[in-house]
Amino acid sequence: MSSYAEKTRKKPVGIMVLTGIIATGLYVALLTNQDLINAHFAKGGLYAFLPIATAFLFSFVHGSFTGHFWTVLGVEASKKKKEGK
Amino acid sequence: MHDIAQAASNFIQLDAMNLTYLFLVGFVGGLVSGFIGSGGAFVLTPGMMSLGVPGLVAVASNMCHKFPKALVGSIKRAKYGQVDVKLGVVIGISAEAGVLYGAHIQEQIKKSFGDAGSNLYVSVAFVVILAVVGGFVLRDAWKTYKAGNANEEEKVTKLAKWVQSVNIPGTMVYFKSLNARVSILFTIPLGFATGMLAATIAVGGFIGVPAMIYVLGAPSLMASATELVIAFVMGLGGSFKYAMHGLVDIRLAMVILGGSLFGIQLGAIGTTYVKPFMIKVVMGVIMVIVLFSRGLMVPVYLSQLGLISQIGADTAKILKTTSFAIMIFALGLGAFIVLRAMWQGRRAERLQYAREAATERL
Repeated sequence: MSSYAEKTRKKPVGIMVLTGIIATGLYVALLTNQDLINAHFAKGGLYAFLPIATAFLFSFVHGSFTGHFWTVLGVEASKKKKEGK
Repeated sequence: MHDIAQAASNFIQLDAMNLTYLFLVGFVGGLVSGFIGSGGAFVLTPGMMSLGVPGLVAVASNMCHKFPKALVGSIKRAKYGQVDVKLGVVIGISAEAGVLYGAHIQEQIKKSFGDAGSNLYVSVAFVVILAVVGGFVLRDAWKTYKAGNANEEEKVTKLAKWVQSVNIPGTMVYFKSLNARVSILFTIPLGFATGMLAATIAVGGFIGVPAMIYVLGAPSLMASATELVIAFVMGLGGSFKYAMHGLVDIRLAMVILGGSLFGIQLGAIGTTYVKPFMIKVVMGVIMVIVLFSRGLMVPVYLSQLGLISQIGADTAKILKTTSFAIMIFALGLGAFIVLRAMWQGRRAERLQYAREAATERL
């Protein structure tokens, strides 16, 4: 039987760094262009797609980063329980 | 709805302090959501308003952070086999209708009785629903703990057994979380109530999760994970509606999301280490504490409406600050219980692996 350390050995450092850089870039772009973004995103009507698409993009990139972040730190799901029931 | 141009000009300036505050509250809210399926919104919306964000923009921006957060959380928990997508989508669609109806009622109350009337309605809904449902959930968790059968599989309630036994031809759908066929005539009103609550107090899960557990018979872990699917469906529709009126401040939503995605991953991981009744403990504790927080504000709104004698401005301010502090405490305590339970679970697992390794060496 493998040890606990062996079971949690593989660390996705590369992908974490990559998604982290992209996520940071997205946040920098968002916060440095606030006036432009506010002007367009709050126009209403079909412009509603802009905030919704942005939310999906951030969730995809930043969600992937945060998932890998905890894995790299060694915080992972229990190895025993995989079923909710 | 607010005038669009007016709403956009109401978007606040963000400084480092605001950003940090939103990020941290987002993190704690996400942690609790990842664990019990919802939560955080009851602190985030008033939290944003305390920064000067107009009420509707705060509600809209909160909703726009909720659906991507719920998406990430539900994908994570689906990996652990805890999500019933079909149940989530079926309840989510009827919840969407509930959100629209709930928002309509809110607008009507605001038109007829002004801000104080609307606030009173929200607070009374908070107090009554959280007292009944929160009290019940906490009592059930306490009984499980006292009986010492926290490790056993959860029992399906009598009500859920009856719901599962009713056969209405043409409306029956099989749900894997229930391992039974249930008529959608039962799930639709539950979804509708969840949506109405979400539109009223921003946390539909306080109805949705207990309803799935006690009325439909879903295990706690699956109910809380499926709530994330409901929150996604409901939040996506709601966000779009608000965005069409130009009310979403995407900066606020994304900064909160920045913190909450760290939290939701951690909360979801936490569910794999704990006994199912811990979901009920965290949910019940938060609900009961928040109930007191909102209860404190009822006299303030009653006085504003002239239904009781006038309360001084200083007293009203103290009550408001105390109420907000209690809400933050509720969320913080919920997060503490989640982290503690997770920590203990991880430590126990590590020790077990270490023992097994030592036994193998002998």
